Amino acid sequence: MLEPLVARSLTGFIRLLTGSRVFWSEPLAPGRRVYYGNHSSHGDFVLIWSALPPPLRAQARPVAAAEYWRHGVLRRYLIHRVFKGVLVERDAAQRTEDPVATMAAAVDAGSALILFPEGTRNPGDGVLPFKSGLYHLATRCADLELVPVWLENLSRVMPKGRLIPLPLLCTAHFGPPLRLGDGEDKHDFLERARAALLVLAPPEAV
Amino acid sequence: MAHLSSRAQAMALFAGIGAVLLLATLIGRVLAWRASPTGRSTVDNLNARINAWWVMAALVGIAFAFGRPGVLVLFFLVSLLALREFITLLPTRGGDYWALVAAFYLVLPIQYVLVGIAWYGMFSIFIPVYAFLLLPILAATGGDTTRFLERTAKVQWGLMISVFCISHVPALLTLQIPGYEHRQLLLIAFLVIVVQSSDVLQYVWGKLCGKHLIAPALSPSKTVEGFIGGVASASLLGGLLWWITPFSFLGAFGMALVINLMGFLGGLVMSAIKRDRGIKDWGHMIEGHGGMLDRLDSVCFAAPVFFHMTRYFLT
Repeated sequence: MLEPLVARSLTGFIRLLTGSRVFWSEPLAPGRRVYYGNHSSHGDFVLIWSALPPPLRAQARPVAAAEYWRHGVLRRYLIHRVFKGVLVERDAAQRTEDPVATMAAAVDAGSALILFPEGTRNPGDGVLPFKSGLYHLATRCADLELVPVWLENLSRVMPKGRLIPLPLLCTAHFGPPLRLGDGEDKHDFLERARAALLVLAPPEAV
Repeated sequence: MAHLSSRAQAMALFAGIGAVLLLATLIGRVLAWRASPTGRSTVDNLNARINAWWVMAALVGIAFAFGRPGVLVLFFLVSLLALREFITLLPTRGGDYWALVAAFYLVLPIQYVLVGIAWYGMFSIFIPVYAFLLLPILAATGGDTTRFLERTAKVQWGLMISVFCISHVPALLTLQIPGYEHRQLLLIAFLVIVVQSSDVLQYVWGKLCGKHLIAPALSPSKTVEGFIGGVASASLLGGLLWWITPFSFLGAFGMALVINLMGFLGGLVMSAIKRDRGIKDWGHMIEGHGGMLDRLDSVCFAAPVFFHMTRYFLT
């Protein structure tokens, strides 16, 4: 029962810190969907989560790296009880479950996922090449809507490796949804998804 | 009016402001109802200003009700929002992280604590001397020399405008003026009223008889006629408010003139900075009308000069 309070205070905190402005290209209703964004800090998922209107936020679950989030009582509490995260194992050699199967199961159960296809926090500008999980997920789940979200300035608020956040203005741009085309191959699809994300960025950020 | 007690003067002032704002709101509504399509944007601009004034009057009134601590907290928050806007628009790099942490979490609160304890010798030089020297040292430890001087200078400018200048508004409360004790809050009211009326009167005069652009490279809309008419009439208004200040009529007029000139020139400087960055507004706190710095650019340049001149002549 404490969890909604913790969640509310974290989103409230990030809103106060960053004055988070949100832009939508079109209104969305709850549905089979994956939100994917550029990744530069731990605050990314909280910003997307707090930018979603309540009906969309209720179904949204972040996809998080199991190796990082399984260590420590606080991390496990946050990722399981507060954010209801979907944990996947990043390291292919050591994994015991198929991450795509885990994510597909969550989508089939009615959740919308928040995913960062770069795979890791990007310390620089622009967008790293996408990992293939997004493509496999779109293949496995029929008719899956993919919504790109460009997060601006958050890398300056909480840079990788730093603890104290800086108060700076941040924006989240939600783009128009896209879907996997019939017979579209992995490389083309990932390029198209990456381009759809980059087009939302303001000129100086890339 | 000068014979009223300070509390009665403050009440009279707020009642007067309330009446003026109500009148302005009514006029604004009537104008909006009757406006032609071409006059629409002018009326909308005026109504937006009037709404902003209501918010300002409410915030300052609430702060006054809490006395000096209330005013300090209000302007601390104003400085925080302004600094956040300024730094957001700077192209800072990873190497600036510790300098920015120091700016937000050390320099900003310390400056307001210094004003709060009325330590003039420190709050007047803390940012121009100590922050100026300390922050580049922190940035240098970041090890990133790309555009180093430019980045350092921009952060210092941000601190000067957002923290140093704005902190001189509550600093007015620390002035010990013989014969004017316990009424320093009214000095703040004087400053804010004069600056705001200067802005709106320049706009109105500009619309009525503006012909010659005063600084085309910096501002597409400020005219010589608007500048002269606005500054003169706002200074006259300041003179008429002499009874809430420790000055005579001529003294209040002269102070208002200085405030308005600094406010106008400060507005031009801030426009120059925005144009260089290719932006129209500092922020988006207020829908369609910019952020905190857009509201405050005139006050920023006027406040320290008003503070020092009042201190020099009267204490």
